[in-house]
This record gives sequence, structure tokens and C-alpha cells, in this order.
Amino acid sequence: MTTTRFVQLLDLAAGLVLVTSFAVLWLRRLVTVTWVIAVQGMALAAVALVIGVYEHETELALIALMVFALRGLVLPGLILRAVRAGDEHREVESLINVPAALLAASGLTLVAYATTRDVVALSSTPQVRALPLGIAVMLIGMLLIVTRRKAVLQIMGVLMVDNGIALVMFLGTSGVPLAVELGIASDVLLAMFILQVLTARIRTKFGGTDLDQLRELRD
Amino acid sequence: MTPSIVLLPIVPAVVAALLATVGWRPTTMWLPAISCLTISGLGIVVAAHVVDNGPVTAVEGQFRADAVSALMIILIGAVGTVTSAYSVAHLRTELTTGTTTPQRARLFGALMQLTIAAMCVVVISDNLGVLWVAIETTTIATVLLVGHRRDRTSVEASWKYLVLGSVGVATALMGTVLVYFVSRHSSGDASTALNWTSLVERAPHLDPGALRVAMGFVIVGYGTKAGLAPLHSWLPDAYSQAPAPAAALMAGVLSTMSMYALLRFKVIADIALGPHYVRTMLLIAAVMSLLTAASLMVTQRDYKRLLAYSSVEHMGLIALAAAIGSPLAMSAALLHMIGNGLAKSVAFSTTGEMLFATGTTRIDGIRGLLHRRPFIAATFGVSLLALLGLPPFSILASEIAIVRAGVDDGLAWALAIALVVMLVIFVAVLVHALNMLAGSGDESTDAPGPAAHVTSLTARIPLVGGLIVAAAIGVTIWPISRLLDAAAEVLAR
Repeated sequence: MTTTRFVQLLDLAAGLVLVTSFAVLWLRRLVTVTWVIAVQGMALAAVALVIGVYEHETELALIALMVFALRGLVLPGLILRAVRAGDEHREVESLINVPAALLAASGLTLVAYATTRDVVALSSTPQVRALPLGIAVMLIGMLLIVTRRKAVLQIMGVLMVDNGIALVMFLGTSGVPLAVELGIASDVLLAMFILQVLTARIRTKFGGTDLDQLRELRD
Repeated sequence: MTPSIVLLPIVPAVVAALLATVGWRPTTMWLPAISCLTISGLGIVVAAHVVDNGPVTAVEGQFRADAVSALMIILIGAVGTVTSAYSVAHLRTELTTGTTTPQRARLFGALMQLTIAAMCVVVISDNLGVLWVAIETTTIATVLLVGHRRDRTSVEASWKYLVLGSVGVATALMGTVLVYFVSRHSSGDASTALNWTSLVERAPHLDPGALRVAMGFVIVGYGTKAGLAPLHSWLPDAYSQAPAPAAALMAGVLSTMSMYALLRFKVIADIALGPHYVRTMLLIAAVMSLLTAASLMVTQRDYKRLLAYSSVEHMGLIALAAAIGSPLAMSAALLHMIGNGLAKSVAFSTTGEMLFATGTTRIDGIRGLLHRRPFIAATFGVSLLALLGLPPFSILASEIAIVRAGVDDGLAWALAIALVVMLVIFVAVLVHALNMLAGSGDESTDAPGPAAHVTSLTARIPLVGGLIVAAAIGVTIWPISRLLDAAAEVLAR
């Protein structure tokens, strides 16, 4: 792979991870949003694959496969099941409207670039130049959790936060040691699984997954 | 002979697997307490070895126990023993009254041991990535413990705990990944770039600007998990909804694990960035935690939430001590972790018996407890006094040490806030406790509950035992004083 081609593919894949997180804020149908999250996971896998092929690192290419399976297929599949079980395919409840959410997300992207100037300055590789995108995706995931009152959307927010971290991991250091990587992956999988179990419990106990009902505990 | 630290997580992990397969039976229900006693014993052996011969390592340096680890292992073992031994009586009552099923009891026992195994990994892993994985594992296991009752409030609490907990811990992971990135861009072997010992060695050569960003994420992330304000909102919900032994384990030692992680990162940051960066962040969190705790304890109506905010207060005090950072302050912080751990685990375990006896967690739902349930009332009262810092308990000593260290350091304003807050909390808790314990105890005012509940000897022994150990450490510090000094030396700047 030539360096120009590598930079193009890398920027495309990493950019797609950020664009999909904006799309999650923008789109309204829960099933569509779940597909977008799946695309985000696949784009993340593409980032790892591109770096792995360019740097001839077989381990990273294998991790890319794992990321594709986990974040592109399994976890979105779990979320899709939760969406289907709910019979509430449209998401309307949000604390702020779409233009305000997109504006806030743009602001968070700027914050991500501003805070990581010193980090990016450490190296001049194309990977590290794109590293703030991961921080931005994480912050947008947090925005989703704070502003949306539906259980599945908060699950997607948690997944986006983790996707952002994974992006920083691949761009910054071509991944962390494999043992840590496996630990992180299994923890993410377990957390997602339990969030889905809890969503089902919320549905049986509260008759829906609108989190505004969760307000019995207070001081 | 070098003690084998790898055994520490293996023992509780095996017990967890055994409980998960065999179930919670008369033959297996004492295994958790035995496993925790084993951990305490191993911890003492490790401590004796470490004080004389320096750190113990295993698995090519991936696992490492120094004086701080040894102290934490003993704390995990002690709090684990109290909570596991009390679980036996607690689950027996829940099973006989039908509030839980054998399946849930099996899950409960296995998850408690899994949490303890993961905490053992936290304190002995030299690799900060493995440390993160272990802390996230404790989050996942305890979420299911919080949801043990499966009613509306416990579902609500476990949801909030998992969402805020995962985001908090994820922030810490982002910080850890960035630390790894910064470390890889310094000189040194890439394979040890995430190991604490190697990070401390290369700290002077780490890029300060980039490390500052990384440390910001780490402190916010682990601070959230430790229950420091302003990101503590999950804590009172989780602690009040978790079954008493689980709440005791979480408040007694689990939140301390995140604080431990913070202290490890602080050592690296203090060398690389100078003391002011971490100190400022910890001071803000400490003062906010103290103020939040005081304001919510005064008007508190639920005794489990009262204890939960007491945890926010004590985490704030530990953060204050860490912000001061001198050797005296660090040994005070560590001693405070132990004092709080023992007293808090007894207090939270006792709330289980109180709930069984009175059927309510409301402070105004209980009157004259000392008259009707002298044992429960006395245990609860004494553990509250311990938490308030009365002699003979060690919290008094650690609080005095924090004040002395702070005065030496010129942090009079922060100490003034802390002292006022502690006074307010002292009065508030005393008033709440008097309302619950004193009075004639007219049974007819009780909410309906399993009134026939008798606190069994199996429940009494761990509660009294925990208080005796807590008092013993307060009366005579010498058994652990050398260990404390050695640990403070590792952490102080």
C-alpha cells in the first residue's frame, strides 16, 4: 500500500466513525440508528485493518476481525433485539432538538481537537493526526447519554464512548497489548449484555423503556 | 520463601466458580468467608515479606505487590471476611422469608467472590491496562448485585450505576490509553510501556503537555468510580438498593480500589508534571465531596443513603489527604481507607439486620431500637461513632494526621472547610442516630415487617468481629505501622 493511499483510506474510515456518531444524533428511527451504529463498528474495524496492512502487523489485522465481529455485528445485533422487543421504533423524546444536538456535537469535536493539541504534537504520522476524532466520538457518546431518555439510546451512547476509545487506541498506539485488548473486549461485551438484560427488566417493571420513569430514588 | 501473590485472585475465583456450579448450600456457604480469611492471611505474609525484602513479583513482572498492595490485600481480606460471613446469615433470612430464591442466592454468592477476585487483581497488577480491566469487571459484577432484589427501585439503581459507572470507567480507560501513547513516545521498552514500575522510571522523560491531558481523563474517570463529587450521583442509589452485604463490600473496599488506582497514577503525574496539577483536581473534588455529603446528610430520611453519603465524605477526606501528598498525609490516607472500610462494612451489614427487624429503611420509621433490638442498635451506633471519628477507632487518628499534614502544607482553608463539614456531619448523624435508637420503642409505630426476625449468632460474630478489629487498630497501630510507613513512602512525593 502506498503512503498516499494509506492516508486516504485511513482518513476515510476514521472520518466515517465520526460522521456516523453525528448521524445517530440526527436520525429518528431507532432501527436505522442501530444500523448506523453497526456501520460505525465496521468503520472502526476498517481503521484497524488499514493500519495493520500498512504496518504489516498481523496481530492488528486479527484484532480488526474481532472488532468487526464484536462492534459491527454482535453488539448492534444485541441492541437491535432490544429495539425490536420494545415495539417503539420511533424515538422522539430528547432534552434538546436535533439542530441544537448537532451544534453541541460540533462544539465537542472542536473541544476534542483543542484539548489534544499537545498529544497530537508528539508525532506527525497520519494516524496521530486523526486521533482527536476518537475523543470527539467519545464526547458525542456522552452527549447522547445525557440528552436521550430512552434505554436503548443510552446503551448506544455507552457503545459509542467505547468505540471512541478503541479509535484512539488504534490510531495512537496501533492497539494496546493483546491481553489488555481481550480484557477490554470481553468487558464491553458483558456490559452491553447486562444493559440489555436491565432494559428488559425496566420494560417489565415500568411498562416501557422511557427513562423519565426512573425517578423513584432521590434525596 | 517468596509468597505466591498469584494465589490471591485464584482462591476467590475458584470459590466463585464452585458456588456458581454447586449453588448456595450448607456445604458451600462458608467457603467465601474461608477464602477471604485466606486472602487476609496471605496479605499478612506478603506484608511481612515486603517490609523486609521489598516488592514481590510474579508472571514476568506483570503482577507485583509492594507495601501499598499488601495493605490493600489485607483490607480486601478483612472487609471480605466481614461481608462474606454476614452473607451467610443474610441469605438464610432472605431464603426463609422468601424474599430471594436459591438461584439468586447462588448468583449472589458467586458474584461477591468474583468481585473480590477482581479486586485482588487490581491491587497486584503492575500493568495499568490489566488494572483497568479488573476495575471494570468489579463494576459489571456489582451491577448485578445491586439489582439482586429485582424490584423497581433496584432496577433503577442498577441502570444508573452501570451507565454512569461504565462511562466513568471508560473515561479512565481513555486516560490509560493516552498514558500508554505518551509512554510509547518516550525512550524505553514498548512491552513495559503500560507497567507502573516502568512508568515511574521513565516519568521524568514523559511529555508533560500530553500527559496532562491523559491524567485529566484518568482522574475524572477513577474519581467517578470512587464516588467523588460532582460525579457521585450513582452512589447513594446503588448503595441503598444493594443488599446489605453487597453494599458493605462496595462501600467498604470497592470504592477504595478506584482511589488506589488514582494514587498509583498520581505518583507518575507528580514526577512528570510537578505536584500542582493532580493536587488542584483532587482538592476541588475533595471540597465538593465534603460539602455535598454534609448538605445531604443533614436532611437525609433514609439510613442507608445516610451511610452512602458518609462514604462520599470519607472519600473526600482521603482525596484531601492525597492532595496534601506528604508522607504523613499519605499514611493518613491509607489508614483512613482501613478505618472507613472496616467501620463502613459493619455499618452497612447491620442495616440488613435493621431492615429485617423493622421492615423499613426510613429513619423516621424506626424508634426506640436500643430498647427493642439492643444488639442491632448497639452495633449500628458503635459503627456510626467509629465513622464519626470517636475513640477508640482509627478514623480519629487518621483525621488528626490529615489536619497536621495539611497545616504543615499551608492548606488551612481546605482544612477549615473540612473541619466545619465534619462538625455538621457529626451533629447531623448524632441527631439521626438518637431519633432511631432512643425512645421507648412502641412496636405499633413500626411499618409491617418480619417482626419475628431474630439476629442469629452467625450474624453477630462477623459484625462484632469487624468492630473489634477496627477498635484494635485504633488502640494500637504498631502491628501495621511499619507497613503504613513503607506504603506511604511509595506513594508520597
